[in-house]
Amino acid sequence: MEIGVVELSRLQFAMTAMYHFLFVPLTLGLSVIVAIMETVYVMTDRPIWRQMTKFWGTLFGINFVLGVATGITMEFQFGMNWSYYSHYVGDIFGAPLAIEGLMAFFLEATFVGLFFFGWDKLTKLQHMVVAWLVAVGSNFSALWILIANGWMQNPVGAAFNPETMRMEMTSFAEVLFNPVAQAKFVHTVSAGYVTAAVFVLGVSAWYLLKGRHIELARRSIAVAASFGLASALSVVVLGDESGYTAGESQKMKIAALEAMWETEPAPASFTLFGIPDQEARETKYAIHIPWVMGLIGTRSLTEEIPGIGQLEEENAEKIRNGLIAYDALLTLRQERDQTPQDVRDRFEAHSDDLGHALLLKRYVDDPRDATDEQIAQAAADTVPRVWPLFWAFRIMVGLGFTFIGVMTYFFYRANFKQMRFPRPALWLAVCIIPTPWIAAEMGWIVAEFGRQPWTVDGILPTALSVSHLSVADVLITLIGFMLFYSVLFVVEIGLMLKYIRKGPVEDVEETDAWTSRHIQRLSTSGEDPAALAAPAPQPAE
Amino acid sequence: MILFEFVSFELLRVVWWLLLGVLLIAFAMTDGFDMGTGALLPFVARTDVERRVVINTVGPVWEGNQVWFILGGGSIFAAWPPLYAVSFSGFYLAMFTILAALILRPVGFKYRSKRDDPRWRTAWDWALFAGGAVPALIFGVAVGNVLQGVPFRLTDDLMPIYEGTFYGKFLGLLNPFALLAGIVSFSMLLMHGAAWLALKTEGDIARRARTYGTAAGAVAIGGFALAGLWLAFGVEGYRLVNPAITDGPSNPLYSEVARDTSWLAAYSTRPWIVIAPILGFVGMTMALLKLRGAGEVSALLWSKLGILGVISSVGLTMFPFILPSSIDPRSSLTVWDSSSSHMTLFVMLVVTAIFLPLILAYTAWVYKVLWGKVTEDDVTSNSNNVY
Repeated sequence: MEIGVVELSRLQFAMTAMYHFLFVPLTLGLSVIVAIMETVYVMTDRPIWRQMTKFWGTLFGINFVLGVATGITMEFQFGMNWSYYSHYVGDIFGAPLAIEGLMAFFLEATFVGLFFFGWDKLTKLQHMVVAWLVAVGSNFSALWILIANGWMQNPVGAAFNPETMRMEMTSFAEVLFNPVAQAKFVHTVSAGYVTAAVFVLGVSAWYLLKGRHIELARRSIAVAASFGLASALSVVVLGDESGYTAGESQKMKIAALEAMWETEPAPASFTLFGIPDQEARETKYAIHIPWVMGLIGTRSLTEEIPGIGQLEEENAEKIRNGLIAYDALLTLRQERDQTPQDVRDRFEAHSDDLGHALLLKRYVDDPRDATDEQIAQAAADTVPRVWPLFWAFRIMVGLGFTFIGVMTYFFYRANFKQMRFPRPALWLAVCIIPTPWIAAEMGWIVAEFGRQPWTVDGILPTALSVSHLSVADVLITLIGFMLFYSVLFVVEIGLMLKYIRKGPVEDVEETDAWTSRHIQRLSTSGEDPAALAAPAPQPAE
Repeated sequence: MILFEFVSFELLRVVWWLLLGVLLIAFAMTDGFDMGTGALLPFVARTDVERRVVINTVGPVWEGNQVWFILGGGSIFAAWPPLYAVSFSGFYLAMFTILAALILRPVGFKYRSKRDDPRWRTAWDWALFAGGAVPALIFGVAVGNVLQGVPFRLTDDLMPIYEGTFYGKFLGLLNPFALLAGIVSFSMLLMHGAAWLALKTEGDIARRARTYGTAAGAVAIGGFALAGLWLAFGVEGYRLVNPAITDGPSNPLYSEVARDTSWLAAYSTRPWIVIAPILGFVGMTMALLKLRGAGEVSALLWSKLGILGVISSVGLTMFPFILPSSIDPRSSLTVWDSSSSHMTLFVMLVVTAIFLPLILAYTAWVYKVLWGKVTEDDVTSNSNNVY
């Protein structure tokens, strides 16, 4: 493959977006967890909960700042690298981005400062409200960006305007209540909650293994396990919902991530394992589970899920239809008000497939000159590379079920086994800390790589979306971002580890005094003091 | 939805042009002092604790202030998609430089005082300097280039094409007039940062800030005057050849544009706009005087008025142009031909009308909570929570 501006721009966008999403999920989840902890503090007045709020708040802050910093890039990169995309769909896509700023960014950014600087300046209740506003702001921002992204996957509520050569909004409500966007939002936010729950669980488990900050760690595990269990269930259920809505709108994506080369009789089977071979269009060593795919994709036993071969043929047909629309468009643009009615009608009838004709722009300047081979080639382009999707999807789903298992286990031990955690389980919790990030990034690969060759599904091809830049331009910024982001990553991880090792440093005396009084009280009231003291394992050193 | 037709397309375009100005001015008024403070940091504060005081004056608020910039980007995307598409890709490497500098800022604020190593802290101090100074300069340079026209044209598909080699595009931005505009914006924001520090600090820091601020103010006033003269005699202006169709489709190629006039011709057709440069001069001069005297709140307020005057001068002078093209005047973007659709502008106006007042209200509340000077004692006694 020749490396040109399109490939470099894609690489840069993928890299900066995936890097941004290293920080976002933890922000989404940890903001809520911190707000929950502070709420417990306000309700019970127990200083340990304030200490927990401040400790996890510090880690939240270190992470949050890189989410903000790398988010700046995202807001401007569409215009910098994807200028034709920005022109072509800005009328719809820009709106949720601007609303995100108005509704979400201002909220979280204005109050996050007060969260850290306001401990002495606000009442307890005011400070708790501030913590919740930060959490709500972060979560709203996910809502709006996923409405924008959902529209790229399932472009509803918009129509092409020949006079302005772009898509224009026809219904804000349809864009807003796009089912793909709604399912994506809950799925993504839940994934963020799971990430934060696994993070809090893992760090707390490490404290228990080291015999440090026992009281803080145990309470943190209790919060993380309950919150994590609910979120892990939600992420899988809503992931299934995403699969269902994707099945409605993006049949090719579903077929590719299932490596369904040909249409199967309903209900289709699910391929648990296999090695997809794109050339031969077959999946080697496949292990099938009957019925499952049909159920996920269509929620019926009789509806067929189309395979890749069938979809490719349909797309070739759409390209030919699109060419009719393209031809009419050129007349419309020339004649404007004087365009004959039959040309208008022809355009209206086929304008849904206009985007497919644009796929030919990669091969010919005027798509109407395309040969049959070029049309076949463009139709073949609509098949994404199967193996990355196939595997990314399986890794994501496998991890999703793992999180349910781990969270269920810790929830059970925390609530029914007096917080006694076997050391291997604690080590497991430490070891799985990175996995939610892997699952989240795999999710984005499924969503975005699976959308290729389109930036907006069926509307605008990726190859046409880029800016008029030179390879040198994009190479400079790509290398620049890589170096810069790598340094920031090292700095961030270093600080994170430093503050985790340091543990809670604030209100230590007050909290310790309260904790010992509390244990005393429990032991004299007849409860088993061992329940609180015993699970503290011996330090490893 | 038929509702949106109650507000005319023409009116919505003017309102969104005004809102674009409001966002840019709000950004310069709020994040402007963060950038000015960053640029002044190594000079007004010598010891570590002094530097922490300076950083903590903006510590709790810079993040909210920066959202004006992000929202500016988002709103241009939503309301002026062609402007978003052409400008950010046309100024590609300049934008990258701004982004890199702006990314340094959050990280610098948050991470600088999280390690005790003096080298670590000094390195971040200079990162914060760059994070303030570089964008403050480049924003002005960009405005200077916009006034002279940018080398782009639109194809029949409305795809923006730029002329010149990539380094030519970048270095070409650094022409004399644009550099002058850069100096105006840089010195103006430096003065603004100084006015902020005069309000939020005391003792040596405040005294030094006043000295730097006075000098920067003098440069800004002189530069603004010089730029006005240059615009009168050295820069060609643009005009629409035919009367504008104000509610037509957003296609820049439908209009004829000539480049045979002076931007300052606007002051004879719309004499009232002279109020903008007057506000610029009055605001900056009064801010300078208050910085030399003892004004605290007043210096900052006058400085804000000066910023309002300077930025609105540019917008009002160019109206209805927002991004003229130097190589193909017909491709120039104007208020009448590069907006979003009627419906999108209406929906976004409704959303803005709901949320902008809310934002102003809670931002004001946060500033009220944080009112008062930041002292060395504040920083040392609360070392874990502040920057």
